Amino acid sequence: MTDQFEPTIIGFTCNWCSYRASDLAGTARMKYAPNVRLIRLMCSGRLDPTFVLRALSEGADGVMITGCHPGECHYIEQNYKALRRFLLLRRVLTGLGIEPGRVKLVWASAAEGARFASETTTFVEEIRKLGPLNWGKDDDGPQTADDGKSSIVHGQEMEVPA
Amino acid sequence: MTEKIGVYVCHCGSNIAGVVDVEDVAKWAAEKLGHQGVVVARDYKFMCSSLGQELIEKDIKELGLTRVVVAACSPHLHEKTFRIAAQNAGLNPYLVELASIREQVSWVHTDKAVATAKSKAVVSGAVSRVIENAPLDEIKVPINPNTLVVGGGIAGIQSALEIANAGFHVYLVEREPSIGGHMAQFDKTFPTLDCSACILTPRMVEAGTHPNITLLTWSEVVNVAGYVGNFNVTIKKKARFINEELCTGCGICQEKCPKKVIDDVYEAGLGYRKAVYTPFAQAVPNFPVMDKENCIYFEKGTCKACEKFCPTNAIDFNQQDELINIDVGNIVLATGYDLFDARRVSNYGYGRLPNVFTSLEFERLSNAAGPTTGNIVLRDGKTVPKSVGIIHCVGSRDRNFNNYCSVICCMQGLKFAHLVHERTGATVYNFYIDMRTAYKAYDEFYQRVLEEGTLFVRGKVAEVTDAARYSNERGKLIIQTEDTLAGKQRRIPVDMVILSSGLEPRHDAREVGKLFGISCSMDGWFTEKHPKLDPVSTMTEGIYIVGCAQGPKDIPSSVAQGAAASARVLDKILQKEVALEPIKATVNKEMCSGCRICNGLCPFNAIAFLADDNVSEINPALCQGCGTCVAACPAGAISGTGFSNEQIIAQIDGLLMRNLEPVEA
Repeated sequence: MTDQFEPTIIGFTCNWCSYRASDLAGTARMKYAPNVRLIRLMCSGRLDPTFVLRALSEGADGVMITGCHPGECHYIEQNYKALRRFLLLRRVLTGLGIEPGRVKLVWASAAEGARFASETTTFVEEIRKLGPLNWGKDDDGPQTADDGKSSIVHGQEMEVPA
Repeated sequence: MTEKIGVYVCHCGSNIAGVVDVEDVAKWAAEKLGHQGVVVARDYKFMCSSLGQELIEKDIKELGLTRVVVAACSPHLHEKTFRIAAQNAGLNPYLVELASIREQVSWVHTDKAVATAKSKAVVSGAVSRVIENAPLDEIKVPINPNTLVVGGGIAGIQSALEIANAGFHVYLVEREPSIGGHMAQFDKTFPTLDCSACILTPRMVEAGTHPNITLLTWSEVVNVAGYVGNFNVTIKKKARFINEELCTGCGICQEKCPKKVIDDVYEAGLGYRKAVYTPFAQAVPNFPVMDKENCIYFEKGTCKACEKFCPTNAIDFNQQDELINIDVGNIVLATGYDLFDARRVSNYGYGRLPNVFTSLEFERLSNAAGPTTGNIVLRDGKTVPKSVGIIHCVGSRDRNFNNYCSVICCMQGLKFAHLVHERTGATVYNFYIDMRTAYKAYDEFYQRVLEEGTLFVRGKVAEVTDAARYSNERGKLIIQTEDTLAGKQRRIPVDMVILSSGLEPRHDAREVGKLFGISCSMDGWFTEKHPKLDPVSTMTEGIYIVGCAQGPKDIPSSVAQGAAASARVLDKILQKEVALEPIKATVNKEMCSGCRICNGLCPFNAIAFLADDNVSEINPALCQGCGTCVAACPAGAISGTGFSNEQIIAQIDGLLMRNLEPVEA
């Protein structure tokens, strides 16, 4: 193993499009970064923002939310609701001093295995640049190794746009 | 209660075991997740095999397992298999979780150590989650035996006939005045050169007169509610302005109508129809419709020639659009395709150079019942071409338009070559990039066309122009192309160019998809449940897709699909009831504050506000289980079965290995 920081990322996928995109990436044997661990929801609209906060506070360095393309939702329009929540959540994260870039929204249809794979790899790279989050480092849980990179300057992100 | 969990790690031959150390994963699960209740962890070559399933069933019975985690493939493939296995052993099927370590791990990662570590995390997530799973019972609902078929082309007709012949009622809805679809426009069909009308019209008549088929032409579906077995569909029957009870189909109204209209639909713009018309002589049903847009009476308030001459007083200018409400159990979508608009390939000159024709125009030109009674002539209506160029792959296999192959165009181009040759003796050139003549007797047809002397040039045509450079090109259309077999640039002057245009999804396919709650691929074709093993089902149970609505295909494939979907429908009808996924949301009235945030979020109108109690209530029959209301409820009063907050949070913790026994750092 190299010294490269390997982020842990939780991915939320919807049952109808993006989970199937991840299945397709598998069936097509497309290689992508192994850092994302997926949770299947019925719809991206099911994503409670607290799930994202929970993941980040329990040791995830990033969270990827994926759903059907706007207009292609199996539940007609619930991904638009996920989009709204995502935008609000990013603001909340900024307020909490967490780079909003740690949470990413990806639209991937069931046919877009390649997109799922490439977006995952890109996101892992982005998180790698941000470094570990270590949000739960005061906790005494098992996954709390502090490598001293946790002092991230949040100055810019603290400025919430009007 | 402490759970007894069994973890089963599948090798999937070498599919998983080649990349993941499955023995290690099983051993690790037994050791590190023991405190969570894992009492047994095994690996096996093929978990989905009957022996693998027996292994699980045996453990459930002998060890008294209360939860099962199978680390194998995607739940979309085998979740059902293992749920049934659990059920056979007396365990509620919803107490089984799949951890996908094939599609999510072994197939997409290469490093064995990394893949094994990730597999452990995925298993750990599933173990944590399964503890929070609750036993669920499937909801059984009765199946309405009636079926709706949307689209009256050959695929829809076949589907309707199969179901009707089995003794069940079918509503066949078609937006045009007659069924028949594109096939009714053709003269000959490849490779047998069967006369299209000769094989189609008996089917059309059968569908039109079948006691089990209610034919609703000139009608469109405007609303779909409900779910498998219990759809409620609203159909708009557009006003024909003809009383169907009185009309005998004599055709006098069409004769007397003074208004000629270019027929863009059936005649592909090459011929005329009247303002009151049946699209073609063999139309089913044989009642005309009044085209309100073009009727002189509707434009100016005078005329009524049709009414004056109608011998049975069937003309009714006061008719209104009518909304029909029907209940059906299953829906078959056979909405077909649109022809690629050749104007978009501007360098081929369609729309600008008169003697460039589209494939549908040529079909009408060669049709004995068409505008030229089957004479293949130039746009002037009389000159017989001495040379004809047929360009393949127009709008298909082209990054600028559609990447996909439209399947039928090669064979169609060959058919055109044969017809031109047979009827005019003209020299025919086929410009192709690859010749695709797969399926029975197709390549034989290609050989036949070759023997007839059709010339084949391989290479993508760059341009069709009327700018002559040489004297022999004057007055001709020049096809500029590279001949990639001979390695030469060629300019080939011809009298007529036929563009073998590709197929595209119907222009309104996305809206139709939304109406029926099914999705479209990036190209716009309706998405099937599985491209190989379930090509006629969709992700929405009870809705099937057949013919070109699913993707480009020829007549035999459309017919086969129409029949295949009917088999699915009949299977559902004969089961009399269907088990719905119990994944539904419910409101805990004790906790509900009556804020009504959820009411507006539900796209299925499943949430009602009970003003008297100041609480909201979810109708489980309408709830589709998306969970948006669960996520939005500020009081946490809504819970979603199968995907509860507890389950998801447990899975997050498990995936992040927060559930491990505290061990030394």
